[in-house]
Amino acid sequence: MKQENIQQLLTEKLGEGVILRTDAGASPPILEVPPQRIAEVCQLLHEHEQTYFDYLSCLTALDNGPDTNTMEVIYHLYSIPYNYQIGLKATLKREKEGKILPQIPTISHIWQSANWHEREAFDLLGIVFVGHPDLRRILLPADWEGHPLRKDYEEQAYYHGVKVEY
Amino acid sequence: MKGLLDQEFGKGGVIVTKVDDMVNWARLSSLWPMGFGLACCAIEMMSTYASGYDLDRFGVFPRPSPRQSDVMIVSGTVTFKMADRVRRLYEQMSEPRYVISMGSCSNCGGPYWQHGYHVVKGVDRIIPVDVYVPGCPPRPEALIGGVLKLQEKIRKETLMAPTALEKLMDKKKKKEKSIPESNQV
Repeated sequence: MKQENIQQLLTEKLGEGVILRTDAGASPPILEVPPQRIAEVCQLLHEHEQTYFDYLSCLTALDNGPDTNTMEVIYHLYSIPYNYQIGLKATLKREKEGKILPQIPTISHIWQSANWHEREAFDLLGIVFVGHPDLRRILLPADWEGHPLRKDYEEQAYYHGVKVEY
Repeated sequence: MKGLLDQEFGKGGVIVTKVDDMVNWARLSSLWPMGFGLACCAIEMMSTYASGYDLDRFGVFPRPSPRQSDVMIVSGTVTFKMADRVRRLYEQMSEPRYVISMGSCSNCGGPYWQHGYHVVKGVDRIIPVDVYVPGCPPRPEALIGGVLKLQEKIRKETLMAPTALEKLMDKKKKKEKSIPESNQV
């Protein structure tokens, strides 16, 4: 199974629009999919006997900053029986810090390991995973303000009466 | 030569000393730290406790409860999430209590001083510190040095004339005095 075959399989089963862009040169190769369709793509790749991506290596997110005004969620999948890796990427529109948070469907029902990864992405970048069973902060205290890995993050002056700045 | 106690007991089983010296000697000879570690400094702290450096020969060995502890070794990065817990543990210790700040992180924030939004820039912002041990992380020898420094400090303490407290009171008095003076100007 190669990247082209996976691409073919996805377009066959889910239609042309499911893959927006590919980056075959990346390691592993990356397929960009529309954010609202990420769950069905993952479900197919997880279940289909020719792909059988049974392991979610990593789920992470990044902020492209206020100028580009986008955020990305990146999925690294691994198929243990086929010894093959692939990356998925979904680009989200970004709102200003403190405004409405960007949303994307959860995949935690497909891979349990996504549960904590999604909580981390929510905690540090403020991405809401719709349908997540328990979307709380995972690293920072529950009463923390803001999402620190955002490019326009500003630290609070005091936390529980202690000055934050050096 | 025989040890101090053996020498003294040889003179008829009676020791004459000052209360200050006696109490200080007792306190500094069994500094029991609270058994907790925060980051990589804790690894060095553990090896200081272990047989290689054997902190027990100074009467220092960790206790599992703040209620039984005399000294808190803050060994590692104090995050804001942990800061509340550190403060609470300190408050649970009975007096007299001492704090050794071990390593750059707990001294001043260390490598997180600039971009560490989650790090308290020095544990002295939440609890009073007696001895700062520099290093990243400090070697066991340095931590032993910190313990010896704390013992030195305790040796100079006095129950009869609590100088530290008196200084604090003086400072407060001066502050109260200075306020109306500045109002006059």
